[in-house]
Amino acid sequence: MSVFDGFKFRSISSPIHQLDPRAKFIYVCVLFTVAVMFNNIIPLLILFLIQLPIVFMAKVQREWMRSMKGSAVFAIMIFAVNLLSLYFYAGHETFTSILERSLAMTIRFIVLVQSFSIFFLTTSPDTLGLALEQSGIPYELCFAFTTAVRFVPVLAEEAQTIIDAQKARGLEIESGNFLRRIRNYIPILIPLIVNAIRRSLELAETMESRAWGACKNRTNLYVLKIKTNDLLLILFSLLLLTVSIYVSINVYIPSLTSLLI
Amino acid sequence: MSGYKGVFEQMIIVENLYFTYPNGVEALSGVNLRIEDGEFVAIMGQNGAGKTTLVKHMNGLLKPTRGRVLVDGIDTRRVSVARLARKVGLVFQNPDHQLFSETVEEEISFALRNFGYDEKTIKERVGWALNMLNLERYRKISPFMLSGGERKRVALASVLAWDPKIIILDEPTIGQDYMQKEKLRQFILQLNQQGKTIIVVTHDVEFVAECNPRIILMKQGKIIASGKAEEVLTNEDLVKEASIALPEIAKLFKCLEEYGFPRNVIDVYEAADIIYKRLRDQK
Repeated sequence: MSVFDGFKFRSISSPIHQLDPRAKFIYVCVLFTVAVMFNNIIPLLILFLIQLPIVFMAKVQREWMRSMKGSAVFAIMIFAVNLLSLYFYAGHETFTSILERSLAMTIRFIVLVQSFSIFFLTTSPDTLGLALEQSGIPYELCFAFTTAVRFVPVLAEEAQTIIDAQKARGLEIESGNFLRRIRNYIPILIPLIVNAIRRSLELAETMESRAWGACKNRTNLYVLKIKTNDLLLILFSLLLLTVSIYVSINVYIPSLTSLLI
Repeated sequence: MSGYKGVFEQMIIVENLYFTYPNGVEALSGVNLRIEDGEFVAIMGQNGAGKTTLVKHMNGLLKPTRGRVLVDGIDTRRVSVARLARKVGLVFQNPDHQLFSETVEEEISFALRNFGYDEKTIKERVGWALNMLNLERYRKISPFMLSGGERKRVALASVLAWDPKIIILDEPTIGQDYMQKEKLRQFILQLNQQGKTIIVVTHDVEFVAECNPRIILMKQGKIIASGKAEEVLTNEDLVKEASIALPEIAKLFKCLEEYGFPRNVIDVYEAADIIYKRLRDQK
């Protein structure tokens, strides 16, 4: 299993899965905005923590852990870069405050990954396409989007088969110097791209033979409706945004160390 | 390790092989199999029975979760795919998963270059492989311009070119017309006569009936039968269990059983012989 499984939709039944994608999208946008608004560790930590109940409600703890593990490498990198650059260029700060600010940046990154992960783990590409469609985006674009998402796992599987087939012909992907290694990917990329183009042409033919685009105004079997839970989530998101704006303007946020000591 | 080969002449030994894919699907559960040097084996069974998973263990693309696989005395876990591939040529089901070069010639020389052959040998081998598979006139043509059946032959040529001891063919008959199938059959038998160990993974029961190899039937990650083609493929219960059909000749002789005909016949010529003798005796 790879990191991508931490972002791949899994069809299970939970209150979070049943939420309207538009409501979830608003929530993710608010979370992004708020996470970027603050530099301090405490509000970012709060943001991280308020998402945990959602993860558990959606029953995606294992997949969420995977996305967290996958982002750990980047998180460590962000931490190290922040720590080093602050250490060398912001000489008048104490080491603890540098440490805290670097940690805050890392947590911000984790919060962003986390909200992305929750959104994609609990939103099926189909309902996402439906949401786009109902937001007035042309059907062609929505269809292109859902098809692209739909074919990601197919492509990943195909890439693995191609790698196997070329390895069976003696290709050693991990051998040679840097340039050589890049060249090693040619025998994998060409079949992958050629097959993707072939498949898209086939798909276009199949869709047209099934009267794709025959009528101007399509109707859908399923129609998204904003329900009570969706309203609650939107309300919560707006509240979070308002409070955050108020706090960031009017309230002094203490550092974590000053609270602890 | 080398003692194995001397004593048993076993080319491939699969011992108590279990394999679970990373997504948790157990594809093989306790496979035991021995394939001798120069043997011709067909692995058959329904979709998802684990046939392709099994052959992918034979060139080290997959490593056992439990148990072990020895190829020519070498444990597949100890060596790289590239090293095993020199001995084991695996031709994949879909040629589109491997063709990438600008010309058929370059496509065939790809593996030879990977294995570090010199230019002179590469030229010889490519010429030989093109000739063998009747692809000479496509030498300078892009493999993407060819038909499905021709692409399949290019893929086969690109593996045969390095002359592996063991040749594994995954669904070689798909997309081939009758004439090409017949040529392929002759070709496989010829390779087998030259002493190559041949393993064919297929659903094509008629193709197998005409080749007459040892049959291995698989179902749900296990081997359910192994034996001579005329015994396994005429056993209705086994064949049903593996979700394949009886060969046409076997169906015919099943109908003729009540008139005292033998059951275990799958070969057309043998069948003709038996029927002819019966007709002659009745005169």
